[in-house]
Amino acid sequence: MKHLKIDNLHVSIGDREILRGLSLDLPTGQVHAIMGPNGSGKSTLAKVIAGHPDYTVTSGDILFDGESILEMEPDARARKGIFLAFQYPSEIPGVTIANFLRAALQARLPEGEELEATEYYAKLYEKMDLLEMPRTFTSRAVNEGFSGGEKKRCEILQMAMLQPTFALLDETDSGLDIDALKIVSHGVNSLRGPETGMLVITHYQRLLNYIVPDFVHVMVNGRIVESGTKELALKLEAEGYDWATEPEAEAVGV
Amino acid sequence: MSDTQTQLDIDREKGNFRYDVDYEFDAGTGLNEKTIDYICDVKGEPDWIRQFRKDALKKFLEKPMPTHWASHDLENIIFDKIRYYLSQGGQKPKKTWDEVPEDVKRTFERLGIPEQERKFLAGVEAQFDSEAAYSNIKEAVGKQGVIFMGSTDALKEHPEIFRKWFGKVIPTGDNKFSALNSAAFSGGSFIYVPPGVKVSHPLQAYFRINAENFGQFERTLIIADEGAEVTYMEGCTAPKFDTATLHSAVVELVALKGAKIQYITVQNWSNNVFNLVTKRGLAMEDAEVKWIDCNIGSRLTMKYPGVVMKGRRARGEVISIALAGDGQHQDTGAKMVHAADETTSNIVSKSISVGTGRATYRGLVKIPRHLKGCKNNTECDALLINTSSRTDTYPAISVRGTGNACQHEASVSQVSSEQIFYMQQRGLTEAQAMSLSVNGFVNDLVRQFPMEYSVELKRLIDLEMEGSVG
Ligand SMILES: Nc1ncnc2c1ncn2[C@@H]1O[C@H](COP(=O)(O)OP(=O)(O)OP(=O)(O)O)[C@@H](O)[C@H]1O
Ligand SMILES: [Mg+2]
Repeated sequence: MKHLKIDNLHVSIGDREILRGLSLDLPTGQVHAIMGPNGSGKSTLAKVIAGHPDYTVTSGDILFDGESILEMEPDARARKGIFLAFQYPSEIPGVTIANFLRAALQARLPEGEELEATEYYAKLYEKMDLLEMPRTFTSRAVNEGFSGGEKKRCEILQMAMLQPTFALLDETDSGLDIDALKIVSHGVNSLRGPETGMLVITHYQRLLNYIVPDFVHVMVNGRIVESGTKELALKLEAEGYDWATEPEAEAVGV
Repeated sequence: MSDTQTQLDIDREKGNFRYDVDYEFDAGTGLNEKTIDYICDVKGEPDWIRQFRKDALKKFLEKPMPTHWASHDLENIIFDKIRYYLSQGGQKPKKTWDEVPEDVKRTFERLGIPEQERKFLAGVEAQFDSEAAYSNIKEAVGKQGVIFMGSTDALKEHPEIFRKWFGKVIPTGDNKFSALNSAAFSGGSFIYVPPGVKVSHPLQAYFRINAENFGQFERTLIIADEGAEVTYMEGCTAPKFDTATLHSAVVELVALKGAKIQYITVQNWSNNVFNLVTKRGLAMEDAEVKWIDCNIGSRLTMKYPGVVMKGRRARGEVISIALAGDGQHQDTGAKMVHAADETTSNIVSKSISVGTGRATYRGLVKIPRHLKGCKNNTECDALLINTSSRTDTYPAISVRGTGNACQHEASVSQVSSEQIFYMQQRGLTEAQAMSLSVNGFVNDLVRQFPMEYSVELKRLIDLEMEGSVG
């Protein structure tokens, strides 16, 4: 079992503090959900774990199996097994999905080793079938002109191909119609297992009916204010976040 | 695929080596009438060429540097310090690699030229400084009547064809550098393809600069007779020197009625080469001239391949990719001169500027009022990699008359830090991410290249991007 441990993390952008002492322990074999109001810092958390250069970690640590990854470049973290399904995936003009994933997998091989093309395509087609994506997608440029739902599906395709140890899914359900939600959830569930830990960020309890989490955390104002089992998501759906917000934090005015 | 990749392992670093060579013939530094006499004597040239060169020298000296519109970096070329003719002795290129002197042969072997020849070429000419060391054409192609030889040999052996077209597409005084080339030219290819002959594999020339403070002035003339077809590929490298080196070629293409010429350049100059080249094609009725031009490396490149569409329904095309690395300036573009009805031209130019690199596009499209049914399409796209990168576009479009159409599109885009982060998040290094974006940007053009060259181009881009990130 491996752990992704967030330890009392403080993160700022410019001089504004966004994460304010956040701790979380995600072991492989578990799925944790994070819910929280807009702007509470959920995406920030995901991007900081992935090593986004805009954010500054002012204190605390991120440990991958006991080892700090704060000094690692984003690509090194990715190769180590961290995957982020972006809330807003970037478009990469002219680079086809097939070439992109091929380069990403090639980057994980030791120097001098070539990715085996037929095996690669077999795997790509298998994962596309799982996500019910038409084959024509392989020759389309990554996310270019994709609908919102197609982009999300493409994120999960990449995750399925790269088989991360820790996957961070940032609002993968938003923009998906109900059928797509089922398909994508099915895809995500097929990747669940003792070797994988998942952090699922969502606003909707509905997703958690399909991807059933082991734990649910409520994030408000850059902190986790409540943790529980999936019943907590139901409570949030019924009562909103009012009960969990910390008016004194606003008063302090960071 | 991977097999071709190893065969074509001509990368920036691979070109950066130099073996010492003894030069038997050296015209010394500076260019004057004596230099020209020296070159003519060594080459045993006829008097009309001697006169042609001397007239050109006058024009070269008269013409001002075009710094009123072009880069002031041109002022840094010190013409008196350049050596205008260097050869090893033996102005006659060898027909087998075995006969090529060892010290020159190992350069071309290291560049992989003999293997390429065996694999996919119909003929090869390998120029080392001023003269071709090797020139050969596959027997089957020669039997079809195709002539492929150095320009020095051609003007002696085939004066009737050579003289008819030499200097006709690009007159000596076209610009300062065409005049310079006309005065000092040596080497380059001459190709004649007889009527109806379609050369199935490309003919290739490789231009290698080995000497420091040197100017290479090859002169190429390609004539495709009625209904003939030919593809010519040109590659070039030089080692990295501390001082500036000059490459100034003139390339003239003549596509007679219904003929097709495709001219492909993959230039990979080291970054102290001034590359100032004039290239133009003449397309007669129903003929087609297509330039595919990839400019990587050099300190300053100025090159605007052109097509004069002289016959009805003639077509001209320029596909160009320019990569301006840190400290480099790629000043490239295209010239399309419509001179007959129903002629069509197409320009697609993509440039990439990295670091402090600067890419300039200059286009000229001319459709006079009296013509009917002419069309031009121009697309030029620029990609900026860093905030210090620079791009400029100077289109000059003169389309007159009501029956003519012109379409122009231009775009400038930048690889955003979010795109780079996205790709890095998938495990690619920053350099790999940039390479992938750049390759994606030029992808639709690269697909038009012969496979062997697209593989090489991709490698060159990868290497350039690797060098561009800390
Ligand atoms: N690059 C940035 N520059 C400036 N402010 C930022 C940046 N990134 C995040 N923020 C700010 O940090 C706060 C947290 O943003 P974040 O995107 O993490 O919220 P979120 O919880 O994911 O919200 P949502 O549910 O709307 O996706 C917001 O107020 C946001 O404006
Ligand atoms: Mg968010």
